[in-house]
Formats: sequence, structure tokens, C-alpha cells
Amino acid sequence: MLEKALKGSRGYGIWVAFLLLLVAIGFFFYLKQLDYGLGITGMSRDVSWGLYIAQFTFLVGIAASAVMLVLPYYLHDFKAFGKITILGEFLAVSAVTMCVTFVFVDLGRPDRAVNLILYPSPRSVLFWDVIVLNGYLLLNIITGWTVLESDKKGIPPPAWVKPLIYLSIPWAISIHTVTAFIYSGLPGRGFWLTAIMAPRFLASAFASGPALLILFCLILRRFGRFDAGEKAIQTLAKIVTYALATSIFFVLVEIFTAFYSQVPGHMQHLKYLFAGLEGHNTISHWMTVSALTALAALALLIIPRTRQKEPLLALACCGVFLSLWIEKGLGLVVTGFVPSPLERIADYTPTGPEIAITTGVWAMGLLLITIFYKIFVSVRNDE
Amino acid sequence: MAPTRREFLKIAGFSAVGLVIPVLPSRSLAQTGTPAAGGLSSPAAPGPLQALTAKRWAMTVEPKKCRPGCTDCITACHLEHNVPDFGNPKDDVHWIGLEKVAHVFPAEAHPRLSESITLLPVPVLCNHCENPPCVRVCPTQATFKRPDGIVMMDYHRCIGCRFCMAACPYGSRSMNYRDPRPFIRKINPAFPTRTKGVVEKCNFCEERLARGILPACVIACKDKALAFGDLEDPRSDVRLILDKGLSLRRRPELGTGPQVYYIL
Repeated sequence: MLEKALKGSRGYGIWVAFLLLLVAIGFFFYLKQLDYGLGITGMSRDVSWGLYIAQFTFLVGIAASAVMLVLPYYLHDFKAFGKITILGEFLAVSAVTMCVTFVFVDLGRPDRAVNLILYPSPRSVLFWDVIVLNGYLLLNIITGWTVLESDKKGIPPPAWVKPLIYLSIPWAISIHTVTAFIYSGLPGRGFWLTAIMAPRFLASAFASGPALLILFCLILRRFGRFDAGEKAIQTLAKIVTYALATSIFFVLVEIFTAFYSQVPGHMQHLKYLFAGLEGHNTISHWMTVSALTALAALALLIIPRTRQKEPLLALACCGVFLSLWIEKGLGLVVTGFVPSPLERIADYTPTGPEIAITTGVWAMGLLLITIFYKIFVSVRNDE
Repeated sequence: MAPTRREFLKIAGFSAVGLVIPVLPSRSLAQTGTPAAGGLSSPAAPGPLQALTAKRWAMTVEPKKCRPGCTDCITACHLEHNVPDFGNPKDDVHWIGLEKVAHVFPAEAHPRLSESITLLPVPVLCNHCENPPCVRVCPTQATFKRPDGIVMMDYHRCIGCRFCMAACPYGSRSMNYRDPRPFIRKINPAFPTRTKGVVEKCNFCEERLARGILPACVIACKDKALAFGDLEDPRSDVRLILDKGLSLRRRPELGTGPQVYYIL
């Protein structure tokens, strides 16, 4: 089926070439990073994780959200999702590939990455994250590809895929839970040390992932001659609405606990995140955008009349994606480090090379999605 | 620096035991207890110094003894261990730092704290925790705890994921964001230099202990603000100091069990 990705329209060719260019630029700067060290990024002694690990965290959520299609279709026989579950699975494959790449580019000694396997350390959450992420990648490649191949041949998928699909449901929950445990299990970082971290991650994942899928469905209808169907898109929109509301609720719960209890260690990080500390307020400006966008998107999604209007739905989905990307892909990771254990407020600003590498990894993921979806549409349209 | 009489006797004691049971592994030597008293009756033994061992190494810090502006402990440590000086806070690597009381013990700080306390320079270093979060999170066991309590780094195994830096509640760890070698003032050939991309921190001078010498910072401190010894030995320097009054540990509520004790 791979050959179907090779031929396409002029627009498809230009889009692929554009993504390849971004990947090449990212790779060029990664070589620079290999030569100079991670000092080429904005990370420091105090803020020792930055854009890379934040993207990883955000994308684990995108990957986990495939379950929002698989679960209704396979467990509740919700037929409207039948046409697009494969889109969810391929989105998961691309997202997990990006996750693994982001962890890799974040390593100080990538040449020793194999030590993760040579010296397995079950007490480390990262060890488990490597296992669940790779397992999830494998599950989605196998199930997505097999189901699509059966589609192509016009036969029902083989019986052995079903158990794997069922397994992928709790597995999707596990990848985001384990990723949350990376943060919530650390004693000295008050901002992350909260039991609601994993539920919060899942809620924001089930909003940002399906929002992205809606956007992809709308793009495929416009450019790919593939219609996911009104019912599928509207159901996804409802999922985004509930998940976004839950996600906002969880953040407010955190804010209440910190500010009503008035425990300084809990308040200071949230103050930094939403208002800035001692004039350090770059992140808080971003978070203002995130909060306002989330509320506006929620309003558009809750009101049935606006939710059902496709341009407004698309706008709302863009808002959800942007808002949650700022929250998880920028704010969450950096704020855990500020103030530092010695109460320093270190500024973190991603550098040019760091942004180029990050863009390159995103472009690689988008390229994978483009190729998968091209194959999917070609098979569906019997080209 | 000449060792004090007490240190000398201790070393001599170890040497004496070393002569009697030279093949005994250091771990079982530790289990027999610190044989410091043996040195009183036996003369200084010739030959190489025997390793200093303990059941639980610990350090005491008395910042009130520190001279204002003194950085001898830092200089000695960083020279001994080839710690680079990048000259900027972003790439900064250090094993010992000097911080204000309010930042080291935020729970104890209040606006009426006397200036004699708030202006004190407090040396901070790895706490060699009894229950170290950094060891728990390391995905390759590149950082690990020895039976004598020293939390170690294997610079040849570290993949530079910096999970340990996120896990350490004390900010004791540094990452080599760049190649450190050009930034080492004077390379000490007796201790390895690091490569870019690995994490490093204080090692309680385990390489000196193995040669029978106390940590560089302890020896370098002319004001005797730092003491080092076996927490399980009631006659050790650290125990004698702890016996004198109230001592503090950094963020004890986290359950990490720091083994650096502060007397303020």
C-alpha cells in the first residue's frame, strides 16, 4: 500500500516537499546540537527540561486520544466512527513517533540511549514510559495497518486483531498516566506533586486530540475527497466539549487548593504561571492567551448552534489545540522548575536552534500523518 | 593541609586493621565498626594509607564558623574534581555553593530573623540522601547509592536525560550543557574530567576516602565549619557535633533523609 503515498496532486507534492525542508533544517540544527551540546538550547541548571520534553508530554496526549474513537466504535458499536478509527490510530502512530524523537533529541548522550535497555531500571518511571510508549506504537501500527489492508481487499479484518484493539484501549490510558507519573512522583517539585496530574493529562488529551482529528477530517473533506460524515464530526465535537470542560475544571481545582489553603509552596508556582513572579512574566502572558482561548472555545462548543456550524467548530478546535498546547507544551514543564529548589527564578527562553529542531520533529510527524492519510484516502477511494 | 590529631589516629587505626586483615573487603570492614581506638595503642603503620570506611557517611556544617567572603571549600572541591567554570548561570556546573539561610531553610525563615543569621553564607551540596529520589528515577542506574550511604554517579553510563535533576529537591545536580574541558582552570590528572551531556554532583570525595583522606572541602576549611564522619560511630566528629545541640536538615518533610546536618 505504501506506493500510494508516492503519487499525488501538485499541492500534495508541494506540501510534502515543504515538510521535508523543515525536517532537513531541524536535522541540520540537531547536528549542531550534537556538536555543541544541549547548551545550544535555552535550558539551564535551574530549568533543566524545556521545549523538547514539553512537546513530548503534549504529544503523548494526542497519541492517547485515539482511544476516543476506538472505544465507542469497538466497545459500543458506534458505527459513525467506523470510517475514521484508522485515522485515530494513524494519528497515534505519528504522535508516539514524535514523542520518542523528542525524548531522543533531549538526551545529553544520545549515543548511550541503548543503556535504557542494557540496564533496565523498573524503579524509574521513565523505564515504564519507554515500555508503554513503544508498546502503544506497535499496537497501533499493527491494528491500523491490518484493518486498512483488509479494507483494501474488501474483506473483514482478521479475528486476531480484535484482542489487540481491545488491549489498545487501556494501553492508551496507561501511556498518559505513566507520563504524568514522571512529574507527579517527584518529592521536591510542588507544582507537579499532585494526584490530579494524571486525570488532568487525560482530560486535556481527550480535548486536544479529538480537536485535531476534527480539523484533519475537515481538511480531508476539502482536499482529500474523503467525508468522515456529519455525525462522526459532531460526536467528536461533543467529546471535545466535555473533555475541555473537565480539563478546565481540573485546573480550577488545583488553583482552589493552592490559594484557599494559602500554602506558599503551592501558590508560588501557580502565581508564576498565571501572573509572573518578580517581573518574570513571559510564561504568564502565554497562559493568559491559553486561558482566554480555552474559555472562548468552550463557549463556542457548548452552544449547539455554534458547535454545529462548521467554520465556527473549526475555529473552536483551533482554539482548543492552541490553548492546550500552550498549557502542556509550554507552561506545565517549565513552571515545575520555577522557582528552583533554592528559590531562584530563572527565565527560560527557547533558542533559535531549539525551535528549529522542535519544528523539524513536528514536521516529521506531520509528514507521517500526511503519508498515512494519503494512503488511507487512496484505499478508501479505490484509486 | 596537615590532618588533625584525631584524623591521624583514625587513619592509623585503619592502617593497623589493614595490616592484620589485608584481604578483607571494605564492606565487611565497615561492619566490624570503626576501629579508630585501635590506633591509640599501635604506632603509625608504614605503607599506603588504608581506605576510610563507615556504615553511614555524613557531614555537619556550622555556617556560623564561616569567615565572610571565604570560598575555600568550593575552590578546593572544584579543583580536586575538575569542575568547570563557565562563568554564566545558564551553563553553570558546581558541586558546592553558598546560599542564604532563607533559601536553604525557607520553612525556618521569617522577617525578624537576626542579621547574624540571614547574612550567613550556607554551604550547600549533595545531601547523600538515605532515600534518594535521584536514584529512584534514574532509568539506567547511572546514579546509585553505596552501602555506606554515598550517592554516586557513573559518568560512563549517564545518558543525560536529566530526570535526576528534576527529582533532586535540593538543586544539587549540574548538567554539562557544553564540553567542560576547556573551562577547567587546572586539570587534576588524578580525577576524571566529564564529557558534555552528562550530569554530575558532589561525591563526598569517595576517591579520597578510598585513599584514606578526608573530603577536600573538610580539609580546606580553616575554620572547621565542616566535619565529616561515620554517623553510626558515636565517637565520630559528626556525632560529637550533633550531640551538642539542635541541628537542621534541608526539607526533611520530603522523606529523603538528607545526611548533611546544619548547626545554626
